[in-house]
Amino acid sequence: MNERRAAWTFIAPSLIVIGGFFVVPVVAAFVLSLTDFDLYALASVDNLRFVWLGNYVDILKTPLFWKSLGNTLYFVVAGVPLSIFVSLAAALLLDSKLARFKGAFRTALFAPVVTTVVAVAVIWRYLFHTRYGLINFTLAKLGIAPIDWLGDPHWSMPAIILFAVWKNFGYNMIILLAALQGIPRDLYEAAHIDGASLRQRLRHITLPMLRPALLLVAIITVSGYFQLFAEPYVMTQGNPLQSTVSVLYFMYDEGFTWWSLGRASAIAFLLFLLILAATTLLLRWSRRGDGA
Amino acid sequence: MITSVRARDFVRAVAVLVVVLLASACARQGDVTVIRFWTIGREGEVVRELLDDFERAHPGVRVESQQMPLTAAHEKLLTAFAGDSLPDIGQLGNTWIPELATLGALEPLQAYVNQSKSVPQADYFAGIWDTNVIGGTLYGVPWYVDTRLLFYRKDILARAGFNDPPRDWNEWKRALAAVKENAGAGNYAIFLPLNEFEPLLNLGVQGGDPLLRDDGTRGNFESPTFRRALDFYVEMFRRGWAPPMSNQEISNVWDEFAKGFFAFYITGPWNVGEFRRRLPPDMQDKWDTAPLPGPDGPGAAIAGGSSLVMFSNGTHKKEVWQLIEFLSQPKQQARFHALCGDLPPRRSTWNDPGLANDERAKAFRDQLERVKPTPKVPEWERIAQQLRITSERVVRGGESADIALRDLDARADEILEKRRWMLARNGTR
Repeated sequence: MNERRAAWTFIAPSLIVIGGFFVVPVVAAFVLSLTDFDLYALASVDNLRFVWLGNYVDILKTPLFWKSLGNTLYFVVAGVPLSIFVSLAAALLLDSKLARFKGAFRTALFAPVVTTVVAVAVIWRYLFHTRYGLINFTLAKLGIAPIDWLGDPHWSMPAIILFAVWKNFGYNMIILLAALQGIPRDLYEAAHIDGASLRQRLRHITLPMLRPALLLVAIITVSGYFQLFAEPYVMTQGNPLQSTVSVLYFMYDEGFTWWSLGRASAIAFLLFLLILAATTLLLRWSRRGDGA
Repeated sequence: MITSVRARDFVRAVAVLVVVLLASACARQGDVTVIRFWTIGREGEVVRELLDDFERAHPGVRVESQQMPLTAAHEKLLTAFAGDSLPDIGQLGNTWIPELATLGALEPLQAYVNQSKSVPQADYFAGIWDTNVIGGTLYGVPWYVDTRLLFYRKDILARAGFNDPPRDWNEWKRALAAVKENAGAGNYAIFLPLNEFEPLLNLGVQGGDPLLRDDGTRGNFESPTFRRALDFYVEMFRRGWAPPMSNQEISNVWDEFAKGFFAFYITGPWNVGEFRRRLPPDMQDKWDTAPLPGPDGPGAAIAGGSSLVMFSNGTHKKEVWQLIEFLSQPKQQARFHALCGDLPPRRSTWNDPGLANDERAKAFRDQLERVKPTPKVPEWERIAQQLRITSERVVRGGESADIALRDLDARADEILEKRRWMLARNGTR
């Protein structure tokens, strides 16, 4: 009994903090999402109407929500594998015994993660420039006609993905690099003696040993990429043709540009459910892999 | 050594203490009235000079000005309203007045104007004054005005066979076609940035039909005159007179204007200074401004700009009104124009030699007599964004104008649902 009381006493401070700064706001946001809180309600609470699930139904009927969901899924489905692949490739190169100046490269590749997104966006906007950009310049050398990266609705999302992958791969690279360095070297030696090729060693030793780290990286990246916001905010403001409006961008617009806090809260909860579903699937899928 | 440092620190501490005591003594005596003034963007930087003069003329009043960046101003004002921390006086973009008036954050000003000799309503451009009147109540005094008109390349237009800028849409179409023909491959006649709703909206207010109907509770974009404006706007892209581009894709409009990428550009007074500063010297006698052509003769345009407002929860209303009167004097408005290029809202200020002799300001003076306010409902900006999305869908997505305008009206009706509910409820009460 006494032990139990002591336990509660010890966790009470954290519980109070979590309750005050997490549970209460989340519950309040949920209640808000059931109302049509807007500018008129800000003027007088009399103008507040309880709409129950009205906001949710309304949002599900809004074409822009589905469009933003489609854009976000496009970004996640194309961006996450690409991002993890680039991180893994960079980590393998850095881990290689042949690599020189590892410290310098590690720093250089990690640098985009710690730079300010607004500052690098300015540079990337120039790289993507249709007429003077370095990317189109290089493509022209290869005989490819200039691409209107930020103006053509078909190319705007690939441009955002390129920018986001470049900006974020360094973080995962560091996690994977640490995991790589944790793989016992004698495994490789044994495989080498048994005559395993480089590819076989990668497939049967490196990747299985990296599994927990890869799962962690995948979950972090999926939940992070679902919350796409800053990249389109600074690069395209959701344009052209709303092809880069993400769910979070849609929420920001509803909440802070138009002050429809009720609808914005509802979008936040929908996005939460979506991320929860995606990460649960990912976990379940990886567990099934364990059993097999 | 050590003791000398300590002695110096001690003297410093005593000095600080004395200053603090003196300052608090002043505040306690209350012979200095402090009024808080929130400004937006560049205006906030230059207005300080005028405020210093105001303080000299009104000993005992101190103006504490705070500058907000334009991108954050709207959020900050609404947050301050929610937190009950709005200042005494503020600069407010005139499209934001309906919103803050709905919130009840603004003090009605008609009584002040009636008693004042220095704010004569008749001297103000009517369209600009009107933007401050919401539901019959005056909530602001115009401070400076914006209106968008044509900036054009005289040399390119002359090469295409036109010595004067176009005055109506038919002349404009002929000029656009001729310029495009002479422009050379890859160049265009006009730049209408697809990320701005203003070019289309300016054409849209030129017709007789209002943009919203039924007391501003429903969209009216399917009206014949708006349809005509959209058709003209789309025609400029379909015929290759305008590139389907946004500002982000252009990166530097001044550069492109100087290179002849386009010859017409619809923009506002802030660009007069920018063009003077950023265009190369040999380009300076090759550009000019002209009133926006209308369907038949010089047309209307949107009345933009900022007003001075008094916040209803603020204090020292007498001193705040004195400051509004001071900043509204033609002399101060002329100084203000000289400092930052903003255009004055009073006709008498335009007689000031600095403005009267400015060739490029003449088109603005002319057009200001014809400006019209946009619909004065808090939802307007949101509807204007829908307007932009609609125009982009027609231009880039190839959607038909019929469907696009029907959708736009439906979206506007949805956005205005709460307003209809509120008006109906107030009617039954």
